Amino acid sequence: MQIKESSTIYDVIIVGSGAGGGMATKVLSEAGLKVAVVEAGPFFDPKNPEQITQLKWPYESPRRGASTTRAFGEFDAAYGGWEIEGEPYTQKNGSKFSWFRSRMLGGRTNHWGRISLRFSQRDFKHKDIDGLGENWPIGYEDVKPYYDKVDKLIGVFGSKEGLENEPDGFFLPAPKPRLHELYYIDGARKSNIPVIPSRMSMVTKKINNDRGVCFYCGQCGRSCQIYADFSAGSCLIFPAQKNGGQIDLFVNAMVREVTTNDEGKATGVLYINKEDRKEYGLKGKIVVLAASACSTARILLNSKSKQHPAGLGNSSGVVGKYLHDSTGGGMTGFVPELMNRKTYNEDGVGGMHVYTPWWLDNKKLDFARGYHIEIWGGMGMPSYGFGFNPNAMNEFFGEKVGGYGNVLREDVKKYYGAMIGFAGRGESIAMESNYCEIDPGKVDEFGIPVLRFNYQWSDHERLQAKHMQETFSEIIHNMGGQVIGKPAGKDRDYGLLNPGEIIHEVGTTRMGDNPRTSVVNKWEQMHDVDNVFIVDAGPFVSQADKNPTWTILALAWRTSDYIVEQLKKQNI
Amino acid sequence: MDRRKSIQTIILGAGASALAFHGCKTDGPDTAKEAVAAAENTHYFGRTPEELELIEKLNAEQLFTEHEMETIAVLSTIILPPKEPNGGPIEAEVPEFIEFMGKDIPELQLTLKGGLMWLDHKSNTDFGTEFKLATLDQQKQILDTICYHDIEKPLDVQPLEIQFFYLMRGLTVCGYYSSKVGIAELGYKGNTPNVWDGVPDDVLAQHGVSYDPEWVAKCIDQSTRNEIATWDENGNLLT
Repeated sequence: MQIKESSTIYDVIIVGSGAGGGMATKVLSEAGLKVAVVEAGPFFDPKNPEQITQLKWPYESPRRGASTTRAFGEFDAAYGGWEIEGEPYTQKNGSKFSWFRSRMLGGRTNHWGRISLRFSQRDFKHKDIDGLGENWPIGYEDVKPYYDKVDKLIGVFGSKEGLENEPDGFFLPAPKPRLHELYYIDGARKSNIPVIPSRMSMVTKKINNDRGVCFYCGQCGRSCQIYADFSAGSCLIFPAQKNGGQIDLFVNAMVREVTTNDEGKATGVLYINKEDRKEYGLKGKIVVLAASACSTARILLNSKSKQHPAGLGNSSGVVGKYLHDSTGGGMTGFVPELMNRKTYNEDGVGGMHVYTPWWLDNKKLDFARGYHIEIWGGMGMPSYGFGFNPNAMNEFFGEKVGGYGNVLREDVKKYYGAMIGFAGRGESIAMESNYCEIDPGKVDEFGIPVLRFNYQWSDHERLQAKHMQETFSEIIHNMGGQVIGKPAGKDRDYGLLNPGEIIHEVGTTRMGDNPRTSVVNKWEQMHDVDNVFIVDAGPFVSQADKNPTWTILALAWRTSDYIVEQLKKQNI
Repeated sequence: MDRRKSIQTIILGAGASALAFHGCKTDGPDTAKEAVAAAENTHYFGRTPEELELIEKLNAEQLFTEHEMETIAVLSTIILPPKEPNGGPIEAEVPEFIEFMGKDIPELQLTLKGGLMWLDHKSNTDFGTEFKLATLDQQKQILDTICYHDIEKPLDVQPLEIQFFYLMRGLTVCGYYSSKVGIAELGYKGNTPNVWDGVPDDVLAQHGVSYDPEWVAKCIDQSTRNEIATWDENGNLLT
């Protein structure tokens, strides 16, 4: 089979169209560069009537929203999931790494939680404090100007709080708390746990004339058809196209490897067109990888050549290593004071209106690093799973659970909106021993060798999960509530979720000043090959107890500015 | 390079012809009002071609016999009797939903089919008639023996008929409350564009809670939501 080569030579080829790829597309195309964007999934526009799931009712589907074909329910926007037919991954040493992939234009930004937090100076230099992990080669002052620009371009609501570890930004005003959130504020404060307005990228106030203002349907996970939430397509790629950018979009195009010349420099990418299942080559002066931390590591490790025998950019052997995800733990509570509620529309934005940033000093604790608390609850839209155990809460009143008849109607209404849930999302320590690598014995349906994961949590994460449980239970009791279910004990790591499940996997191509211990420099430029950049979460040295997207966006913008500057100076 | 040149976007690679149709210039909604119209306009609910194909394939299959479907209809209306003005499981198309889920999640099939057989067997043994033809009183006598599970034990170690009833009740209640009539019955008011401006005052009073003025000062004044945001250099919002 002959590789079909395109005669066009792009200034930049960008692999992936999520947060990092979207931002690179916007900045580089608006600088006048000719850009190719290569995306493994189909075209997606949340305003395309054929692709809209927002404002649909559960009864429009015969399965009423069940998760048979989409992991987060069939109205979730993401195409893909934990398992994708024909695209397996494997595990090593009993690892249970979960890998969520969203194959579509915009990637996982179409359904993400939109929690948009800045890393602080402490987050960039945490090794200085506890000696664990590694420091970033950059600090908050390097990224701050870009966080500011991202806030203004994309929009994030929040509030100025003056907290050292939660740097303030250019916020849109927050939405008012819902009823269960008011209960949470009271309950948390009884234990001296702070609560502040959440910080999320929904437009509560007009940010520009191209995007709508949030109409509070609570369905950001379905991707907003009036572009009132952040998705990479609607907020970065489409505006870049509209601004006259020279952007060639290649969809359903699965990149196999980065091609290199005799000097070892990148010359483009090789991809498989999923429709005709043939190999195609694209040529570019610069390659920007933004396929997601693990997919980018996979592409690099599969890009072997005489000049790069261990894979592209892997002379250090660090590619794939230091993989780490956020820790995750959760608990559900039943709050009797929230029974028998008057119903009204409290959909709000998609997700929480309030949250708790990390508030304690680890010097007084038996684990490293913190977690933030996310809150859910309220009178949501029924969907598959609703009412499956309609009067389980009877248990707390010494009444029988189960039965049938008209009493079930009363039970359903009585308990509707009386549940509250907490999710702890925390920082894990990046370790060399947690990694992804190429499984030598397995390929996907396109013949591309697949990833194999090796990942074990340490006691830092387990004890952090234990602390989450104790905290959540205390808050639920402060609210006059009861914990639902028996909290997992030591034998089940105190409910610590499997690595990967929080979908914050980062660190596989980490940045650093030393080419022997890192893959990219502080500009996300590969040490080994100066015309390859990585703008997904692969370059993250550490995770922070923050969701990674806002930092991906800020760094991708910073890197893109650097690329433009270096091209002007003819350094690349 | 001339940045003012007209849009040079071309969509290449797979699906080019199909994509040329919508491309980046989809005539979709820009406002809440248009969004509602768009959502109501189609029963497509955003399926990919593969997902649509799966639904069509499942719809073409038959899981239950006519007798089993009738038994499900009878059983579901005993579990959740219809009530004015929002009907019951039949109006909510619960039997059809249960059949679809049995095909969509094949792991449910044995419990459902086996449980239906158990019902008839029990009814035949005790009353000499199939469950669906027994009197309501007889039907309730049977259900009274299986409608409570042991909450201290995992469901899957409990007798099949207990598991069956638990599943049927779950699917019935879920199917009803996720239907148009069930949502009306529940009183869910959302899934529609609106402007959230906090918990209604009477609800705050009823629960004895209130908004902290300091907190509310950080929240959106909804009368300014359509003014474009601008800030001073310290991040203080000016509009």
